[in-house]
Amino acid sequence: GNAFAQARDHTVEGQVIDANTEEELVGVNILVEGTTIGTTSDSDGNFRLETAPDDTLTFSYIGYQSLEVPIEGRSTITVEMMDESIVGDEVVFIGYGTRQVEDNTGSIGRVTADQFNPGSTSPGELFQGRIPGVDVTSSDGAPGSGPAIRIRGGSSLSASNDPLFVIDGVPIAPGGISGMRDPLNSINPNDIEDITVLKDASATAIYGSRASNGVIVITTKQGQAGQPLQLNYESKLSYQTQRETLDVLEPDQFRQVIDDRFGERGTDRLGDHETDWQDQIYSNVLSHEHNISLSGAYREVPFHTSIGFTGDEGILNTSSNDRLAGSLRLTPRFLDDNLQVDLNLRGSRVENRFANTEAVNTAIAFDPTQPVMDEDSPFGGYFAWTDADGQPIDIAPANPVALLEQTRDESTVYRSVGNLQLDYNMPFLQDLTATLNLGYDYSDVSDGRNFVTDNAAFDFEGDEFSGSRTEYDQRRENQLLDFYLNYETELPDLRSNFDATAGYSWEHNYEEGETFTTNYNIEDTVVVHSDTDYKTENYLVSFFGRANYSLMNRYSLTATMRADGSSRFAEDNRWGYFPSMAFAWNMHREPFMEDFGRLSQLRLRIGYGVTGQQEILQGNYPYLARYTFGETSAQYRFGDDFIRTYRPEGYNLDLKWEETKTYNIALDYGFYDNRLRGTIEAYHRETEDLLNVVPVAAGTNFTNRIISNVGDLEVQGIELDFTGVPVATRDAYWEVSFNVSHNVNEITRLTTVDDPDYIGVETGDIAGGTGNTIQIHSVGNPRSAFYVYEQVYDEEGNPVEGAYVDRTGDGRITEDDKYRLGSPDPDVTFGLSSRFQYQNWDFSFSARAQVGNYVYNNVDSEYGFYSMMLYNQYLRNSPASITETNFVDPRFHSDHYVEDASFLRMDNITVGYTFENLFDVVPSMRVSGTVNNAFVITNYSGLDPEVFGGIDNQVYPRPRTWIMSVNIDF
Amino acid sequence: TDDLSTSPIDDSEVTSDMIYEDPENFRKVLAKLYAGLAVTGQEGPAGSPDIDGIDEGFSSYIRQLWVTQELPTDQAVVAWPDPGLPGFNTQSWSPGNDFVMGMYSRIFYQITLANEFIRNARDEDDPQIQQYMAEARFLRAFSYWHALDLFGGNIPFVTEDDPIGAFEPEPVGSEEIFSYIESELMDIEDAMPAPQENQYGRADRAGVWMLLARLYLNAEVYIDEPRYDEAVTYTQRIIDEGGYELNSTYDQLFLADNDEADGVIFAIPFDGNNTQSFGGTNFIIHAAVGGSMSAADFGISGGWEGHRVTPEFVDKFDKDNDVRAMFHTDGQNRDVDNLGDFNEGYAVTKWRNVTSTGEPGSRSAYVDTDFPMFRLADVYLMYAEATLRGGAGGDMNMALNLVNDIRERAYGDETGHITSDELDLDFILDERARELYWEAQRRTDLIRYGYYTSADYVWAWKGDTQEGTSTSEHLKLYPIPSSDINSNPNLTQNPGY
Repeated sequence: GNAFAQARDHTVEGQVIDANTEEELVGVNILVEGTTIGTTSDSDGNFRLETAPDDTLTFSYIGYQSLEVPIEGRSTITVEMMDESIVGDEVVFIGYGTRQVEDNTGSIGRVTADQFNPGSTSPGELFQGRIPGVDVTSSDGAPGSGPAIRIRGGSSLSASNDPLFVIDGVPIAPGGISGMRDPLNSINPNDIEDITVLKDASATAIYGSRASNGVIVITTKQGQAGQPLQLNYESKLSYQTQRETLDVLEPDQFRQVIDDRFGERGTDRLGDHETDWQDQIYSNVLSHEHNISLSGAYREVPFHTSIGFTGDEGILNTSSNDRLAGSLRLTPRFLDDNLQVDLNLRGSRVENRFANTEAVNTAIAFDPTQPVMDEDSPFGGYFAWTDADGQPIDIAPANPVALLEQTRDESTVYRSVGNLQLDYNMPFLQDLTATLNLGYDYSDVSDGRNFVTDNAAFDFEGDEFSGSRTEYDQRRENQLLDFYLNYETELPDLRSNFDATAGYSWEHNYEEGETFTTNYNIEDTVVVHSDTDYKTENYLVSFFGRANYSLMNRYSLTATMRADGSSRFAEDNRWGYFPSMAFAWNMHREPFMEDFGRLSQLRLRIGYGVTGQQEILQGNYPYLARYTFGETSAQYRFGDDFIRTYRPEGYNLDLKWEETKTYNIALDYGFYDNRLRGTIEAYHRETEDLLNVVPVAAGTNFTNRIISNVGDLEVQGIELDFTGVPVATRDAYWEVSFNVSHNVNEITRLTTVDDPDYIGVETGDIAGGTGNTIQIHSVGNPRSAFYVYEQVYDEEGNPVEGAYVDRTGDGRITEDDKYRLGSPDPDVTFGLSSRFQYQNWDFSFSARAQVGNYVYNNVDSEYGFYSMMLYNQYLRNSPASITETNFVDPRFHSDHYVEDASFLRMDNITVGYTFENLFDVVPSMRVSGTVNNAFVITNYSGLDPEVFGGIDNQVYPRPRTWIMSVNIDF
Repeated sequence: TDDLSTSPIDDSEVTSDMIYEDPENFRKVLAKLYAGLAVTGQEGPAGSPDIDGIDEGFSSYIRQLWVTQELPTDQAVVAWPDPGLPGFNTQSWSPGNDFVMGMYSRIFYQITLANEFIRNARDEDDPQIQQYMAEARFLRAFSYWHALDLFGGNIPFVTEDDPIGAFEPEPVGSEEIFSYIESELMDIEDAMPAPQENQYGRADRAGVWMLLARLYLNAEVYIDEPRYDEAVTYTQRIIDEGGYELNSTYDQLFLADNDEADGVIFAIPFDGNNTQSFGGTNFIIHAAVGGSMSAADFGISGGWEGHRVTPEFVDKFDKDNDVRAMFHTDGQNRDVDNLGDFNEGYAVTKWRNVTSTGEPGSRSAYVDTDFPMFRLADVYLMYAEATLRGGAGGDMNMALNLVNDIRERAYGDETGHITSDELDLDFILDERARELYWEAQRRTDLIRYGYYTSADYVWAWKGDTQEGTSTSEHLKLYPIPSSDINSNPNLTQNPGY
């Protein structure tokens, strides 16, 4: 309609409050329907508008259900808005569309912006500990490093267990970006409005072949039509401190041990200094972050735009991560609102400096009696172990400080992700919407470089060749096209709703890069160590459909189907079909439930579906017979010529999709108007035709191991979550959330031929020796169980070196005496968070606990034995645990090193205060203080019990971070 | 959906349908068949491995051969605790052993690559390609010989007539493998270039004769049938028609400029810049250096502190007069009380990355020293042994002269000469030890003489006691790796495992 033509002679004023707490709502968008005329509520929740008496006002506010209020001639109105999470009327993103929670059939976890963990620099950490069955493990303490995310424990052995990320409808291609710690680091967490995790197959099957490990859907912030300009500035100052260092032998203890064990041969090598090497490589550091966002509507075009800068230093010297990120989202409507346009552009520049993390371990092992600097040292003045000729001993530990300071490893990464989505409601058939979504994800690192100076002892190779200079670049260009039709109709006669979607999707992933490594001397390229370039691509073509039928708001039935074609498989195996079915029953709407007045929600959901996996981590052509050209460093001499060679590659023509079947049953409950609500859920998942690297019969392929579809894996679990709002008054609000999940996995088949003698696939490489592993995949056991000897202890409880329990009872200790002990995956995971508000104060915390996760203490097993503390001409320190074991020789496979690493971690605690109406220009300003990684309670003897993969070696310690933050709305 | 039929877009990847359209590519694939003996993958020293499931450096053909042929004998002990490795010191291994798997996989990798090449080359008319094909057949026979020697006849048998993909090859037994190698070598003899007529690094007709001689000399072990007559015939042929002469000095054969040494019949070349790996001679040289040895003297930037010898081996030398007694004794115990300590047992200085004039090799991290796979002194000793064992056509006088030629080079004059009375089989075995130690031959020699497992000759740590003890006969063959037993139901394990 033409709003401007109408007379606006009526004044309406009023107040917007929370329907439950009666709190005033500040900054609610209020718009005269069908126009761009509007306002926002002030700091008391009041508003005033010039309008026509028969207009309708729409009220929208983040986290609340939108309302339409006809004025009906009134001049004052009070509007009560309902918190979405309480109403249960919220809309969730389910892939190629949205769905009301009431009709939702799948297993979905959701966290919105106001609930995010504060102080997270990676999107992955925003919901750490918040969703049952979703484990987020920070990989290490390096700035800009990303967490490992496992949804319900993952479903693969050798293929990827990473979930699929979808940002505003654009699936983000998996796999690392060179020169970047975490691919998601390029997304500014401040731009994120909502993160939805799709867990079971009925929710994820619409993503078909990439959905076996769950899907994480990220929705970014957008402007509202008619919204006045809103400017927000946020600034954070963080101080990172090292939480803990590892106990090693003190200089005097070390001297004593060397003297006792090796006599003069050892003491001759001792120095007369006292150096705490860990102290030398870590520092407490300050980081800062600034974000400005602006949202509103320019004429009829709602927009949200932001720019953010993060300057992160790492506690390990010489590591840093600077991110500059910008975004723009436009959401206009055209053609009488029939055409909705959603344009989304975001770009970032991330500058990284990587510390040489080898220093973390050598700081433990380096002789504490040696100095950092030695004025006689020709190696940049850094002390180094040298032999009789004065040459560095290359198998000796390197000076940790030299490792950091003589390495310069940097990159600048540009990335842009964006899409244009057009939704068109057919004018002749309003129930039918056509959607076209064009997306891209480009990244570019053009100047990756890693220099080691030519006087570095740890990269010494004589005059001409010492040091190294690596330069690399990489570009990834991924494009997406989705087209789908959605038909949604109400059938009032049948008291039914019907909704169907059908579509097509096309994706192209392209990647190219090169690496060049030579000696350090930049003017004079004496020798090329390596010069590789590559390009590769893959396509994914899909057809998908979904139908949903709901009856009387009580019964919902959803069916989905996806057909995926992947260029990674041979023509006969190229297509995979992924169906799902699910049913939901809103029991609380049944007449017979009317007696249970306190029950506000009771919904039963049952689902089944099949999903797939094609992230096989074996390149893009594993089925294709092909030859690769060799590098110049691997040539063969024919007479006077060196020949670069062609090698045939192993291939598997029969390679096909890995398939996972999931069964899910859940009960959503709510009491007292959903002030007490939650879900109990159980699932069972079977992965068949596991993509697995297995030995091939000798003589039948150009490799001895090949990726094949061999093996089955079963995963099952129970999840429970619960949110309560014990206090909700005008002045005070208190919410507590708690979740528990239990997950077990078992390998049920590993070989084509059933062989009871087959012990399994050894996995889990450890440091110390070459080729040692500590874990095993074996039938009847969980993935990556520790495979060890049972240590014998003396009466005092100290381990007896080399004495293991003869489990076979044959009088000898052989490989057969090893047993399987625990696994790195926890039995039970807990998450607890709470938010308390009193007037302008707020207080929140979130904590996580894991029970039954085992960790192999590889730091102790690698260094904690006497015989190599003097190795010919150099000395090596040991963790202090050596005084308990007193091991002389390495005992890598003793179960003494496998520990129950159950823990409780306080991830963050925040206190904040909100100032209102400051100096009349600032409607709202919040000041807060946060401590991240506040404390950990555990019995684990190593530095940190949270070790992804369960093998604790060379971990960049996770710092404790103190954050001051200011958030101002203008 | 046509988009789904992708093919590699990288210039360095070519589909198998396309590769042989360019005749020049035959040469590049043949180079890979040879390179499989030298490097471990397409990127030196490591990065794009041929063999999986084992550290890439460990997977080198020559490194594996060295481990399986030297460590279980009196000639070497290793200090490293890498899983499965210490057992080689004591002749203790199981079908799950990583190194056994590595050697086996490398051998069959070579055989499968050769089959593919031959399959594609056999219909080409180009005489150049026909010669390449003969060389590929030589390399396949060479690897089948190692398979027979190390693993016996229970091995899968595949030729160019077998496909690539899911099938389970059958074993055919020792006799058939033996006669297959024999007939292949006979068949290609004429197609191979005459001795010394092929390029350096490639095999020629003398290589074919040498491999035949090897096969015949060990025929009693392989097929329980003496074939010493043929052993004499082919060693004689190399001596008569090869045109080789002994290099004037012994030490140059193991130095960075050994590509200029005489008397090398088939060498596997290494190069500090162009042929890099953590195996081959790079491994042999680095692993030998430690203790008070000066890495610079070896042309390297640091030793790996791994290998030494047993006292029984040291005793075989007249140390003051024989230049081949290249031991480093300063700071080293003669006895090996502790296998894991580099200072226990004498170290060996035979292999080095410096030239005969004392110049270091081109790089200190990767050596220039080539591996002389077949060399003339070995031929002399094989001739003498085959003659002593009654090979028809053998001449005892000639045998004595050949042995004395070797001794004269070792002693620098005639003082090392022996008389015809002293020339017996045990002398030959000891002379082979002195001449050919650390060249990956010892296990085969000890088995041929019946000393490998028996109580007739023991050395430190044989059978896991320091004084040495007899071991079980079944150890003469390595087990078929459990990885292959599990993937190929047609295979049966070697007896005793």
